[in-house]
Amino acid sequence: MMLSGWGRFPRQECRTSRPRDEAELRAALAQGGAIARGNGRSYGDSALSPRNTVDMRGWSRMLDFEPDTGRLVAEAGVVLGDVVAAFLPRGWFPSVTPGTKFVTLGGMIAADVHGKNHHRDGSFGAFVDWIDVMGPDGEVTRCSRDESPDLFHWTLGGMGLTGVILRAAFRLRRVESAWIRQTMVPAPGLDAAIDAMEAARDSTYSVAWIDCLSRGEALGRSLVMLGEHAAWDDLDRTRRDAPFVIPERRRLRVPMDLPSVVLGGASLRAFNALYYRNGARKRGESLVDWDGFFYPLDAIHDWNRIYGRRGFAQFQCVLPLDASRHGMRALLRAISDAGTGSFLAVLKRLGPGGAGMSFPMEGYTLALDFPVTEANLRLLDGLDRIVLDHGGRFYLAKDSRMTRATLRRADPRADLFQRLRQELRMTPSFASAQSERLGL
Amino acid sequence: MTRPAVLILGGRSDIGLAIARRFAADGHPIQLAARDAAGLEADRRDIELRHRVAVSLHDFDVLDTGSHAALLDGLPALPGIAVCVVGLMGEQAESERDPLAAARVMRSNYEGPALILAELANRFEARGSGTLVGVSSVAGERGRRKNYVYGSAKAGFTAFLSGLRNRLAGKGVHVVTVLPGFVATRMTAGMDLPAKLTAAPEEVAASVERAVARARDVVYVRPVWALVMGIIRAIPESRFKRMDI
Ligand SMILES: Cc1cc2nc3c(=O)[nH]c(=O)nc-3n(C[C@H](O)[C@H](O)[C@H](O)COP(=O)(O)OP(=O)(O)OC[C@H]3O[C@@H](n4cnc5c(N)ncnc54)[C@H](O)[C@@H]3O)c2cc1C
Ligand SMILES: NC(=O)c1ccc[n+]([C@@H]2O[C@H](COP(=O)([O-])OP(=O)(O)OC[C@H]3O[C@@H](n4cnc5c(N)ncnc54)[C@H](OP(=O)(O)O)[C@@H]3O)[C@@H](O)[C@H]2O)c1
Repeated sequence: MMLSGWGRFPRQECRTSRPRDEAELRAALAQGGAIARGNGRSYGDSALSPRNTVDMRGWSRMLDFEPDTGRLVAEAGVVLGDVVAAFLPRGWFPSVTPGTKFVTLGGMIAADVHGKNHHRDGSFGAFVDWIDVMGPDGEVTRCSRDESPDLFHWTLGGMGLTGVILRAAFRLRRVESAWIRQTMVPAPGLDAAIDAMEAARDSTYSVAWIDCLSRGEALGRSLVMLGEHAAWDDLDRTRRDAPFVIPERRRLRVPMDLPSVVLGGASLRAFNALYYRNGARKRGESLVDWDGFFYPLDAIHDWNRIYGRRGFAQFQCVLPLDASRHGMRALLRAISDAGTGSFLAVLKRLGPGGAGMSFPMEGYTLALDFPVTEANLRLLDGLDRIVLDHGGRFYLAKDSRMTRATLRRADPRADLFQRLRQELRMTPSFASAQSERLGL
Repeated sequence: MTRPAVLILGGRSDIGLAIARRFAADGHPIQLAARDAAGLEADRRDIELRHRVAVSLHDFDVLDTGSHAALLDGLPALPGIAVCVVGLMGEQAESERDPLAAARVMRSNYEGPALILAELANRFEARGSGTLVGVSSVAGERGRRKNYVYGSAKAGFTAFLSGLRNRLAGKGVHVVTVLPGFVATRMTAGMDLPAKLTAAPEEVAASVERAVARARDVVYVRPVWALVMGIIRAIPESRFKRMDI
């Protein structure tokens, strides 16, 4: 079957199976060269294996919940949005969530995803208590910080390359409502945006939507959004009656692949300027619902089709704190000069890093999309160099085109991971198109 | 408000579980009846956790017709809605060679499902309320060389449901016949099905729920199947016998 990641680039013909139980999964793994696939929300080729892609979406049962601690045990194919749907009405919310709720538990663990609270709470892995992993021989190992700690350490952020995650236990956080108290801080340039996020280190959530096409003084102009879960006391009378109920959202659908002219430089620049001005007018506090705050893009189904048939590549890097201002300026200047890129990019403060091949490190991360064109692929190579010059690294869940050499210069852990995989006979049992490209 | 329990006969099937989830989401307690019911423990917990309804498991073999009454006696309560999704496609070639295999397909799609619903019908009639749902198939609309053993059993089941509906009309008991076209499930795994004609189990579940709520008599899951089967039924037998569809 023809498969791709969310960026629809690259696309590959993949032999796919959809095992229902451990016996069927074991049989699938025996074919070798296997990679687990969740909901395909990673952007590139992380969840593709032409030889043996194992669709885990059938493993979608919630198995146990402890109402005292908020600990949920679930199978790897459970979708985050279903967790919210089941447990928010009971006063629980995911401790860490990426910018879409259409991800599986397995995908969140394998990419060790981060959310808008990474600077305070760390990544998803920090809330995972144990993971059941099926290894190369079909044996299932329960790993945790105490049992098989190495497997646990490298499975978090291991992009499916340590085995197939079957189920896991992870902790939700208590909330009093479905609402977020949002504070919007317009930042006229990059320094102001970083200053605002540094000043907001105590905020639970912080993120900046950055206009990548602004130049000169306005380079890096952003809308910085801070957020706190609203307590019951923060709600007005009508909302207090049903604190977990939010109005139904309208869903939009992208009807077809848009021709790329729609996204030409001029219209992008105009759109971004408008977005900033509109946003800046809404400065200050407001109450927004969880869906709008965490998952603004989920309201537009298939939004990945707006970039046209060739698909797009997402670029996400993190720069160490002390190199962030300088490095981000260099990246933004290169992007703005090229005049392409996405509507908006995301800039975010990250806290200290965690497990295995996990992406985050203390500093700033920038993420944005580029339609796949020859010019953009060259631009991306240039951005890679800027990141390397500033001691940064790249997010494997977003990557579709980096080279082996770039990965190794960015990330000394890559060699370690590769060797460990060989020692534990995870190669050649588990491999993705990405791991082959990157030599992991 | 407490909602009536929903009994799913064939609780392991993809379609059956999708129907169970759909009703559970609306607050109905669920009774899953299946062979080796203990193997459905994870599904039981999943439905309970997501939807906060009670789910019970019951061992049930549709071919063991002598045990049908005991199964119903053992339920926590006589359900308000009972859905039978039990079915067995078998292999047409095997059914042609081996009469025992053919009989198993016939009994699993007709005799067993009809008899368990008959038992329920009597109890519903005595109570004066309830809805019976039989999942049959478009394959029962016309016998085709590719699956006429299965198809003929489904045809029998469809006719049985129609008669049952006729008998119970005006007695407070409603009977729904569901005629799915292709559905992407374990039964059809590995087959190359046309996407436009193939429903997801969740779609079947949605149309079952709608049919129960609106007391519809016969539903095709995807409307296009009514058209397709209308055409197939209209082909004269003299032509049909030479066709390969
Ligand atoms: C709109 C959007 C916003 C996003 N925002 C963020 C964000 O804010 N922060 C962030 O960190 N990420 C973000 N992401 C990326 C996304 O969270 C990750 O790519 C996540 O891994 C996707 O999960 P998935 O279930 O779709 O997995 P897939 O894309 O199917 O797979 C991703 C990786 O997980 C592995 N995997 C999946 N299931 C299993 C399993 N059962 N066992 C072993 N390995 C498995 C795969 O092998 C692959 O390497 C975003 C993506 C989108 C589309
Ligand atoms: N899939 C399609 O394209 C399609 C199209 C039209 C109609 N249908 C009908 O839809 C219904 C559900 O099928 P499905 O697609 O969900 O496939 P399925 O998963 O194969 O479901 C069939 C179910 O019937 C059960 N069953 C078979 N023999 C039984 C017996 N002796 N006692 C108890 N249970 C028995 C099976 O139980 P076990 O799990 O114990 O084996 C299985 O759960 C069937 O009636 C089928 O004919 C399906």
